[in-house]
Amino acid sequence: MTSPIAGGVDCDLHPAVPHLTSLLPYMNDYWRDQVTTRGMTDLISQSYPINSPISARPDWRPTQGKPGSSLADMQRQALDRFGTVYGICNPLYGVQMVFSEDMANVFCRALNDWLVKEWLDKDDRLRGSIVIPVQSVEKAVAEIERCAKDPRFVQVLMLVMGDMPLGKRHYWPIYAAAERLGLPIGIHAGSAYHNPPTSVGWGSYHIEDYVAQAQAFQTQLTSLIVEGVFARHPNLKMVMLESGFTWLPPFLWRLHKFWRGVRMETPWVDRAPLEIVRSNIRFSLQPVDAPPEGDTLNRLFEHMQSDELILFSTDYPHWQFDGDEALPKGLPKDLVRRIMIDNPHAIYTRLKVRA
Amino acid sequence: MNIQLRERPGASASTSIKTAIADCDIHPARAAKDELYPYLARRWHDHLETFGVHAYQGMMEGPPYPKAQPNASRRDAYPPEGGPQGSSLSFMQKQHLDPNNIALGVLNPLNTGQGIRNQDLAAAICSAINDWQIEKWTSKDQRLKGSVVVANEDGVSAAAEIRKRAGDANFVQVLLLSRNVEPLGQRRYWPIYEAAQEVGLPVGVHAFGFGGNPITASGWPSYYIEEMVGHSQCQQTALASLVLEGVFERFPKLKMVMVEAGFGWAPSLAWRLDKVFARLHAEVPHLKRKPSEYIRDHIWWTTQPMEDPESRDHLFQTIEWIGWDKLLFATDYPHWDYDEPSRVLPAGVSDANKQAFYLDNARKLYGIS
Repeated sequence: MTSPIAGGVDCDLHPAVPHLTSLLPYMNDYWRDQVTTRGMTDLISQSYPINSPISARPDWRPTQGKPGSSLADMQRQALDRFGTVYGICNPLYGVQMVFSEDMANVFCRALNDWLVKEWLDKDDRLRGSIVIPVQSVEKAVAEIERCAKDPRFVQVLMLVMGDMPLGKRHYWPIYAAAERLGLPIGIHAGSAYHNPPTSVGWGSYHIEDYVAQAQAFQTQLTSLIVEGVFARHPNLKMVMLESGFTWLPPFLWRLHKFWRGVRMETPWVDRAPLEIVRSNIRFSLQPVDAPPEGDTLNRLFEHMQSDELILFSTDYPHWQFDGDEALPKGLPKDLVRRIMIDNPHAIYTRLKVRA
Repeated sequence: MNIQLRERPGASASTSIKTAIADCDIHPARAAKDELYPYLARRWHDHLETFGVHAYQGMMEGPPYPKAQPNASRRDAYPPEGGPQGSSLSFMQKQHLDPNNIALGVLNPLNTGQGIRNQDLAAAICSAINDWQIEKWTSKDQRLKGSVVVANEDGVSAAAEIRKRAGDANFVQVLLLSRNVEPLGQRRYWPIYEAAQEVGLPVGVHAFGFGGNPITASGWPSYYIEEMVGHSQCQQTALASLVLEGVFERFPKLKMVMVEAGFGWAPSLAWRLDKVFARLHAEVPHLKRKPSEYIRDHIWWTTQPMEDPESRDHLFQTIEWIGWDKLLFATDYPHWDYDEPSRVLPAGVSDANKQAFYLDNARKLYGIS
């Protein structure tokens, strides 16, 4: 086992909203009435069925309530346990899934305010991601600007499967705002289910949707790179969260090869995809899609040709590893330090900003 | 600006490859629009003239993502007698089969009845394409072998076409495309697998196709490069579907070939499937083995477009994770991203592995002595 070192940054924690009513105090009368009158009770995504094994480690599953809904549990099971100095909260509540941009906007605002009050205010180690109503760029930018006043928000959060490929120009005002405010864009596994969850249609099983996250991340990286997001916004950082990363080298081989072949189509892509990834893109550690023995994984790290790409994450409370094995076996000490401390601090520059 | 072509040996004898090789992805084309008409009933001539092809995509002429080259093909591959690239047997022989010493060439016709919404028309065109492969290609050059194309969305009609070709030595596989109305593991496609297993033909799944779904799980991207790179993600999810639906439990003798979709991603996909399966196997109790074991036993991979990492060690390690016995060399002739046989493998491969890679794996899989 590779032991975690103290002082690390856990870049992917999932505090759970107990119930839609938990957000009511953060809505105005009109929306409180909407939620109540229309009988809305909860927003649970197909991506993470509450009782699915992937959604919570058996020993992290509370006797009652949703996994990840108790701060005391998160403190004991993740923050204290792994010696975390900063933990970044990425709420996965289904607020981007609703089709009304007005409703999504109100729910996102409520979720962000709830995160501040129920989590960030209660533990100094916690930091937040700004959940945005992606369907409306205007409202998304406004929400980023509103939340960014609180330095404890260190990132903007989007889902990997939404309405359109993320590189599309439509989304660029979001990226401009994030770049200006020093906020990386975190792209997390999960779908708004506004499109089929795979590029070949609807599968039958939850397991297919989960496996397909990795392919969705691949197509989004292609889109972000070839549309020229990082040519326009060279200081923008993006973090792929719960994405897996062992697919990255062969993905880049293919993208690089075709970029050499058809770069006349996107002439603004003036650097090789691998270089763009090195300068602008990062990946959370968990899940590690590799065989358990360390040798293969170390080869994969060599294939990635960089020790700066991976950021420590437990993906709490999701079940990605057992016991204290948050770090895969056989990682060299220097790489552990980079993954747990140096790499996250290099990307999340707002971590150390004080209010 | 145009694409950067590598310097390529010409068709002269001095640059010929001495060892015989198999090319598991060659694309034969029709010289003219009506070349298929002799194999189609009169009814369909009128239908095609009046309504054209009603497909699972919007463009009647021209691809939704314009290719990098005319017909996505090499500019030096136009036959001297006219017609699009890949439409002349004699020029294919002269430019490709002879100088590269191709002992076995597997034909994968695209632009068939696949992806057509009218299933009667789809079946008629597929059957016509199969007749055309025999008459124009395989009966004229013994090195060439055809692929049985089938109306992919109509399992019953597809299975009938496969059984019709049973035992016909002109064909060495059944051909599907990766993108269909549903993921390929879905039950609507099972009659195809059942028939293929019954007649002893592997099923090739070539990148491409239209099934009406956006080519990403977030909708339609902007560029041709996204479609090209995206084929490998489509293939990954199609393969995940085949494994997770239990196709290889149901059809234990079925062999499948992933064609033109890359192979570098195979280890990572298999690891991910195994890892998630360890958590979620209760949802798919019809699977009796780990996903990676089905992939190892049932799946072969064509090589073009060849994985091309900076370090050859990374390539070799990746191939070792997959198995040197599972790769089938392919050029994709006459398409623009053609892989040159003599340059595709870096130095440092053993003679035995080279022999497997270039010829023996294909001969064994396709039953060609």
